[in-house]
Amino acid sequence: MNVKTVNSPPLASNPSGQRSLFPPVETQIRILYYLKLTRELEDRIERKLYRQGKVLGGVYVGRGQEAIAVGSCVDLRPDDVVCPSHRDMGAYLIKGMDLRTILAQYLGRKTGPTKGKDGNLHFGSLDHNLIAFISMLGDSVPVAAGIGLSFKMRGQDRVVICPFGDGATSRGDWHEGTNMAAVFKCPVVYLCNNNQYAYSTPLERQMAVENVADRASAYGIPGEIVDGNDVLAVWEASKRAIERARGGEGPTLIECKTFRMTGHSAHDDAGYVPAELFEIWEEKCPIRRLERDLIQREIMTAAAIEEMQKGINAEIDAALAIAEQDPYPDPEDCITGVYE
Amino acid sequence: MAVTTYLEAIRQGIWEEMERDENVFVLGEDVGIYGGAFQVTAGMLGKFGEQRVIDTPISESGIVGAAIGAALMGMRPVAEMQFADFISCGFDQITNFAAKCRYRWGAAVPLVIRGPSGGGIHGGPFHSQNPEMYFVHTPGLKVVCPSTAYDAKGLIKSAIRDNDPVLYFEHKFLYRRIKEELPTEDFTVPIGKAIVRRKGTDVSVITYGAMVYIALDAAKELEKEGIDLEVLDLRSLLPFDREAVLETVKKTSKVILLHEDTRIGGFAGELAAVISEEAFDHLDGPIRRITAPDTPVPYSPPLEEYFLPKISDVVRVARELYRY
Repeated sequence: MNVKTVNSPPLASNPSGQRSLFPPVETQIRILYYLKLTRELEDRIERKLYRQGKVLGGVYVGRGQEAIAVGSCVDLRPDDVVCPSHRDMGAYLIKGMDLRTILAQYLGRKTGPTKGKDGNLHFGSLDHNLIAFISMLGDSVPVAAGIGLSFKMRGQDRVVICPFGDGATSRGDWHEGTNMAAVFKCPVVYLCNNNQYAYSTPLERQMAVENVADRASAYGIPGEIVDGNDVLAVWEASKRAIERARGGEGPTLIECKTFRMTGHSAHDDAGYVPAELFEIWEEKCPIRRLERDLIQREIMTAAAIEEMQKGINAEIDAALAIAEQDPYPDPEDCITGVYE
Repeated sequence: MAVTTYLEAIRQGIWEEMERDENVFVLGEDVGIYGGAFQVTAGMLGKFGEQRVIDTPISESGIVGAAIGAALMGMRPVAEMQFADFISCGFDQITNFAAKCRYRWGAAVPLVIRGPSGGGIHGGPFHSQNPEMYFVHTPGLKVVCPSTAYDAKGLIKSAIRDNDPVLYFEHKFLYRRIKEELPTEDFTVPIGKAIVRRKGTDVSVITYGAMVYIALDAAKELEKEGIDLEVLDLRSLLPFDREAVLETVKKTSKVILLHEDTRIGGFAGELAAVISEEAFDHLDGPIRRITAPDTPVPYSPPLEEYFLPKISDVVRVARELYRY
């Protein structure tokens, strides 16, 4: 197999080391917090609750690609909208979904945002401006165009971020939605997490172009490639794209090169992925990378990072203790809520 | 008072809703400058502007998806499928995204998708279909099929005001052939309510859409020989008016289920099941179906005529049932 390590610079030349533009220090600390919270929460869900048989069905996590949702969403305003996909836990956390509610969703409890009617990250909340993902990949792309269109029609200064994976860009809905957003100059940021595998199918079986960003030129919109494991690079590219959207210049396609440090879902050991790829990308872990960077630039100490981790663990412990005691839905709830 | 065509009634309904509520807008292929392939949106661009009358790319999935996004933000989009046949291209967005939002996460998708369906105009396999049953099988959607100008206007208004996604299948054969005087004041027709078009005592015909007129014409013929048909126009298929169906069956005890859609999986099958489950003891004869055959809609006149249910079919089956 042709093993490609696309566009991800070695750690020695970590571009954030030479970066001229940084978010404010407090934002950088927030970014680390959300990266670590995402990782810890998903580890609990996939490696504990799923294996204990408490979370049933499929579990899809974004291990290794946390920087994409966090870096792109951290500066969003409350009234901006995100249409996350199934590996974008960070978007939910930043948008303010609380841990107990998220865990109740995974545990199929009545207190979850779908009241047990759907699982995983398949939930949304209009109060949080989060649109629920559906399994048909790319379906959110035209939906995001329509959300952006409504902002334009109402003269609202709002943007929508729409993340998806590399595989989703093969679907017709992706192309129809991107085209429509481009034609109408909708304030959308299309954000691809190119993790190089769509379930078991590698990128070269997914597309004959080298980069997802190359697809942008077909729709007359800018396409940008960033190192998806460098959260500050994702932040910077997203900031530009959000500014373009707010300025009425229309959508941008950002391709974040990353790697799926897990199987497609919890049942999948990803035996089809060459082991050396996991080793190479483990070295590029976006969380450890930012930690080193923050220590090097004397923004945080190792001890402070350790304290942050302890706090996160305690937060999740407390939320899980409640969620695990939350009630299941009543069986008859099955037939409620189909219509108003 | 001037008479209003079925087509004009739809146009008036959308127009008045756009005047009433600034969240209402239309989008679709050629709906703006051209006024729609059948002119249902004629004049709207000039009146409401290009922000609210949006010509889109040829992109049914994109149109439906964008309409869903806008609806989630509280807009009330009315998306046109240039022909109802093309709705298959947006099937996934309708059945998986729009239909399931409320059930999954309580989000309202106040969306209308409308388009011309049905045959009788030599449109061939891709401009004549009756796609309603693909959607009647999808919980979370509503499906209406008006047959009169009054219902066309009243139901498009109800659809636009509804907080769930509504599929509105207008019948293109009726567009300019059916007309009536309409009230000048605002009115709606409730979704889920059938109406008796002709009261009768001997045999009930339960139908919808253009087939209402086939049933009514058959009733005129049968009248001459003393057979009194009752004609129930369902108007809505999802939800459908179960009480009205059972009431007419209990009244006449003999029932014909008539639709232009094909046979297997057509709405008649569901009606037959409901009638046998809930009104079996009232039946004095077999439930009979008159439908199109299980083929695509053919183009050439002799073929299309063979395909479409006819007055003579209703007359023949009604006679058989009457004598049963």
